[in-house]
Amino acid sequence: MAAKIPWLRVAVGVVAAAVAIGLPFNNEAETVQVFSQVLYLAIAAMGLNLLTGFNGQVSIGHGAFFGVGAFTSAILVVDHGWYLEATIPVAALLAAALGVLVGFPALRVKGLYLALVTLGLAVLFPSVVKKFVEGPGGVPLLQPKRSQVASLIPSLADDQYQYFVCLGVMVLLFVLAASLIRSRAGRAMIAVRDQEVAASTVGINVAQVKVASFAISAAYAGIAGSLSVLVNRVADGSNPLIYFQYSIEFLIAVVIGGAATLTGPFLGSALLVGIRKRFEGTEAMAPALLGVALIAAVFLMPDGLVGLYRRLAARVRSSVLSEPSDTAATTVEAAVPINLNKGANQ
Amino acid sequence: MELFIDQVLNGIGRGAVYASVGLALVIIYRTTGLLNFAQGEMALFSTFVTWWLTDQGLGIVPAIIGSVVFSVIAGAVIERLLIRPVESAHSPLNVVIVTLGMFLAINALAQLIFIKPGQEALQMPSPFPSGELVGIPKQTIGLVLVLVLECALLWVLLQRTKLGLSLRAVASNPDSARLVGINTGVMLMVGWGLAAGLGAIAGSLVASQSSGFDTSLMQGILVYSFAGAALGGFDSPLGAVVGGLIVGVAEALTYQYGPEIGLGGIELVVPLGLILVVLLVRPNGLFGRTIVERV
Repeated sequence: MAAKIPWLRVAVGVVAAAVAIGLPFNNEAETVQVFSQVLYLAIAAMGLNLLTGFNGQVSIGHGAFFGVGAFTSAILVVDHGWYLEATIPVAALLAAALGVLVGFPALRVKGLYLALVTLGLAVLFPSVVKKFVEGPGGVPLLQPKRSQVASLIPSLADDQYQYFVCLGVMVLLFVLAASLIRSRAGRAMIAVRDQEVAASTVGINVAQVKVASFAISAAYAGIAGSLSVLVNRVADGSNPLIYFQYSIEFLIAVVIGGAATLTGPFLGSALLVGIRKRFEGTEAMAPALLGVALIAAVFLMPDGLVGLYRRLAARVRSSVLSEPSDTAATTVEAAVPINLNKGANQ
Repeated sequence: MELFIDQVLNGIGRGAVYASVGLALVIIYRTTGLLNFAQGEMALFSTFVTWWLTDQGLGIVPAIIGSVVFSVIAGAVIERLLIRPVESAHSPLNVVIVTLGMFLAINALAQLIFIKPGQEALQMPSPFPSGELVGIPKQTIGLVLVLVLECALLWVLLQRTKLGLSLRAVASNPDSARLVGINTGVMLMVGWGLAAGLGAIAGSLVASQSSGFDTSLMQGILVYSFAGAALGGFDSPLGAVVGGLIVGVAEALTYQYGPEIGLGGIELVVPLGLILVVLLVRPNGLFGRTIVERV
């Protein structure tokens, strides 16, 4: 049977691409920078989603991988005069190496305990930076010069250029993640998440899959960190809790977008940055409103934006076919649950 | 040697605080099976309530008691209004996000309600006398005594009362507990209330130990308490206490001796490394139960 062309998806894709390309030409530089922030946040969230959503390992330490990427790029650019673009693969590799180092102990420690060990990683990272990085005035902070992260394409302004670099990398990594999930390796990741022992009995090397998931996921976060230096022109380790906060942001983006879905992390990142920008400048009210908005998001969309869309789509479809809507709503494919307590005591 | 003992005592004082917050975390984990990221911020809010009561002219001890009462009620209300509606959702990550939301919101609310613009740090009077008793600071003795008292009360409550029996029943098997007529909803609220009350005590005591405090008071403490609870085994109250004390002592000793062995500035490595090693050998912590996994 010839594959039916999903016209709706093609149309949505074309419109999304047109919007994505048009955005930096129709907005202020500051706004374009916010869009770039959404893009690198989405990359980190995609990485975390590969690990937490598809492989079932909860990490609150991805801020550390992000930080490794950021400082790798910053050090190479500031101290060694590299082009930032050239540092991205190095950042990805170093973050992946750290991911392997964390992935091995993660084989023993599961669920909640894994969450806590990775939390330790994120909290530890700034003090390691503080010991080994000395920026101006003794502050662990590195700032590339404006010329070092300038546009390499003359016809594009700096902010537009940074946006397109982020966009290109994000699209590339999205395609990579999508193909990974649909490949044999991706199915192995999901099998390990759903039933570890059963997966090993059908010949999946559980340890290998888990460590590899950690490494890939960490590489995504590292690349995001690298891009954050390009966009924000700083790698900062002065706030001891900042990388813990990044970890939380990635997790929030995954969950409010829809865990274990492909587009969820991107949508979640956009929503998160949107909420944050909306409430920015209201002084102390900002975090309060962000917190309240997060709680509201979880109450209104328990399976994330993607889950909400799927439920609405199912309802529309069923009303078009004039079936009872409640049966359709229950049969819709929902985001797969993640068992946080798997392996921990209950 | 004297320095060493001083640092150990110092660490036990810190550790008693980590242990109290760890106990609160364990109680919530045992009754609802989730990690409460907002525990530290809830304690922070309670601490501000204590401070506000002393500001109104109350003594520090009645103020702490008042704050505990407030916190128990607030904890139960939070469980009912914010946690229970999402608990049944199919991903436990949702509850995690709600507690993270609370983390942000409660911290900001405390700032908005209690700190006037331009005010830097607040001061909390200490409930313990200053000075030393047989070479041990009275503050440390006080902190440890409070911890022992908390443990004793908790033990009596959990092991010797009907309420405690119901609480334990809900923790070990909610469905069966419901079948034998225990109101699981009320028990969950009680669990959260207890945890919030413990947090109120811990927060007020930490604040009274430091020269001044602001809204960042509990964030570092929460991380160490997580570490202590993980070290001890997340489902064991005894584990939380022992784990908290170990982390406290390890922290104090590395601050003292860390720079000599090249760990200056990265003292945090030691307690966290310790936890990693323990978890590698005993994945469920020192006192945690191991469950058999069936396919």
